[in-house]
Amino acid sequence: MSHSASHADSHGHDHGHGHGDHAKYPFLAHHFDTPLQQFESGKLGMWVFLATEVLFFGALFVMYAILRFKNPEVFSYAANYLDTILGGINTCVLILSSLTMAVGVRAAQTNKKGLLTVCLALTLAGAIGFLVIKYFEYTHKFHLNLKWGQAFYQPVTEADAQTAKVEPAPVANPVLAITSPNPSAGADAAATVQLPPSDATAIVAPKSGPDGVAPPAMVAASNEAMHVGHKTGPHLLDAEMPAKTHQFFAIYYLMTGLHGIHVLIGVGVIGWLLWGSLKGRYGSDYYTPVDLVGLYWHVVDLVWIFLFPLFYLIH
Amino acid sequence: MTTLDTRPIHDEVPGNYLTFRRGLLSWLLTLDHKRIGVMYLIAVLGSFFVGGVMALLVRTKLLWPGEVSWMTADQYNKAFTLHGAIMVFLVIIPSIPGALGNFVLPIMLGAKDVAFPRLNLFSFYLWILGAACAVYSLLAGGFDTGWTFYTPYSSQFGAGGTIPVLVGVFILGFSSIFTGVNFIVTIHKLRPPGMTWFRMPLFLWALYATAVIQVLATPVLGITVAMLVIERAFNIGIFDPAMGGDPVLFQHFFWFYSHPAVYIMILPGMGIISEIIAVHSHRHIFGFRFIAFSSIAIAIFSFLVWGHHMFTSGQSPLMNVLFSAITFSVAIPSAVKVFNWLATLYKGSISLNTAMWYGLSFIFLFTIGGLTGIPLAVLSTDIHLHDTYFVVAHFHYVMMGSALIAMIGGMHHWWPKMFGVMFNETWGKIACALVFIGFNMTFFTQFMLGSQGMPRRYYLYQPEFQIYHHISTGGSYIMGLGFLITAIYLIHSLFAGKKAPANPWGGASLEWQCTSPPPHDNFSTTPRVGDCYDFSAVSWDEKQQGYVVDTEAHVAAAQHGKGH
Repeated sequence: MSHSASHADSHGHDHGHGHGDHAKYPFLAHHFDTPLQQFESGKLGMWVFLATEVLFFGALFVMYAILRFKNPEVFSYAANYLDTILGGINTCVLILSSLTMAVGVRAAQTNKKGLLTVCLALTLAGAIGFLVIKYFEYTHKFHLNLKWGQAFYQPVTEADAQTAKVEPAPVANPVLAITSPNPSAGADAAATVQLPPSDATAIVAPKSGPDGVAPPAMVAASNEAMHVGHKTGPHLLDAEMPAKTHQFFAIYYLMTGLHGIHVLIGVGVIGWLLWGSLKGRYGSDYYTPVDLVGLYWHVVDLVWIFLFPLFYLIH
Repeated sequence: MTTLDTRPIHDEVPGNYLTFRRGLLSWLLTLDHKRIGVMYLIAVLGSFFVGGVMALLVRTKLLWPGEVSWMTADQYNKAFTLHGAIMVFLVIIPSIPGALGNFVLPIMLGAKDVAFPRLNLFSFYLWILGAACAVYSLLAGGFDTGWTFYTPYSSQFGAGGTIPVLVGVFILGFSSIFTGVNFIVTIHKLRPPGMTWFRMPLFLWALYATAVIQVLATPVLGITVAMLVIERAFNIGIFDPAMGGDPVLFQHFFWFYSHPAVYIMILPGMGIISEIIAVHSHRHIFGFRFIAFSSIAIAIFSFLVWGHHMFTSGQSPLMNVLFSAITFSVAIPSAVKVFNWLATLYKGSISLNTAMWYGLSFIFLFTIGGLTGIPLAVLSTDIHLHDTYFVVAHFHYVMMGSALIAMIGGMHHWWPKMFGVMFNETWGKIACALVFIGFNMTFFTQFMLGSQGMPRRYYLYQPEFQIYHHISTGGSYIMGLGFLITAIYLIHSLFAGKKAPANPWGGASLEWQCTSPPPHDNFSTTPRVGDCYDFSAVSWDEKQQGYVVDTEAHVAAAQHGKGH
């Protein structure tokens, strides 16, 4: 705001409280009367922007809900390919970084510049740490060929292709059985129920066993797979893989990817704050950027708090 | 600065915003909301020209029912798609908030600028970037999906430029969001002392309601086109039925934005009409609170009616009934506005200026546009009318006959303020009459075409429809002539127009109390606020050839009249 100084000069005397503040506060933009007005404007603007972020992710959450409603078996099956341990660690990392961010905002407000720098550095480390862990998760899935779209159906190796004998086209991938253990019944095979068919023609009824109950051998195999938890084998070899499983990974990459982009932006702005705080720019009279980035970072954290159970925990 | 009207008119005010700094860079890097508004105006009008040429090409092709040698069916598809996409995303959505809103909003508030001037400039450059993507898509093979980008055509087929234009729409969405954020904060935080919500001009109420929709609906469009780009590029199977996806889901997402977007287009236009009708009939706006709250009501309803675009897409009958019922209720706040405008005119002392001509045209055309929405909201008649020219005519009456006419009316209303010159009223009225007649010829015939079963977007048609198409195309040429005349006399006025007084029409809101054109900082001291629709303290000043507002009496009247 290059004109602010001249305005303070020319109008400082003829009008109430407002313009004198421009000489006193170099950060006060020329079109605001007081630092408080500027701070409140920034804060309101950030909240409104965060509302748009909620709507931005909101559409994806709606899509998740619709796809899950249509193909529940896909989601309960495919979640086993996600690494709950790594996801859990990442959740902790993000929550801790939100804590350090909140402490940092408080430090700026109370003029503890050293503490602010430490907190921002820790938050930055958390953000980068999250991305590093996410990188390992993604690469692991890429190695298993758990990708989006048609690539999901490309066998990892030639040998796999021979064994699996699965056509690349998803519609040709037969559904052997749709089974799901009742979570409340644990390993009790008798409690296994068949899920409501989403597409009646796609379901091949089990050859043996009473209607609606999968044959014991198959149930045992599926239970073992479910309760061992994390699946690591090539998914095309898994006879229980439901059709449309690729959709889970499509939406998984969409949502965690968009969240990852937001973390990446967070790395940028928190790094910028850290730079400013090393230069001693923020203190109790001016901490608006710290406060606003803090709000942003909490929302990014909050989105992950929803993503983690939706993808990793609900089976 | 509130008593600027005492200055002799020929006294050059040192450094108005146009002369404050000179040189191209001082414009391109400006943070001044007025200059950003003017840049938006130029950009939007340039796009309007391109979109208009596309429309004329489409109309000209439709003179013949069969194939024509100079335009293939593919080119025709690209032409109407380009027309729709340009007019919606580059012209109507940014026109009033971006150009007129940016210019007028802070001045009406007595503020020096919008809350975030840098964000404002950034949002303008996002617009430029989005437009550049659209241009690039033309080089990459164009796009022919229709402006609605329906899947699976857009995700699996469609011309080669589909992805670039979708990226452009994504970017334009953010331009719109940032404008909305800026306006919401400016209206909340930069109002001067004394300007309560119910002292605020109705144009600002309308812009506020618009900003709320921009902020809440546009991100959904952003993520939807992002998903469509990913679907098209990687075929991830969310909209593609062959991969288990759901193409109707795209329609839901798209209309969740694009129906509210219709109100992003019309609400600011309604705000302008509230200003024009009150100022040019010199009478206090009738039912201020009703008009103000009806803007908010329209903004709320806008989020609840998107399903009426999908009555024939296989939605459940229950949803159809609900969406139909809620759609009817939009008529209430819209009619509240129209009746209040009419009541304002009643016993007003009406000046039939060009702006007022546009204002009256708006009321007429919007009423037709609104009433023809009813047969489309009725489930049984919509089966017949869906995807026919009836729909085309209906939304052109609302989007063009209302939103765009309001934009042009607003341009005339604030032209003296923006550039400090008066345009030629006679030519203004001639042009307005041509546009009005041409518009009705073009689109009223399309109601008949549609009700007789002519589908929209078709390249070939039955010969029995030819007479209607001839009238329609003839009307579009008359309209084009009207716009051409408008462009000529407005540009002429910039160089040879009479110097404008501060208050040429007799307005009482704050923008008429600073000079024309306004100085760089709008007001050197925070102005005192009266009732912006109380014209009792406004009188004609022969010496200035303009109106003057007796600020003391104006403010005193507002304080005195608080009781009612």
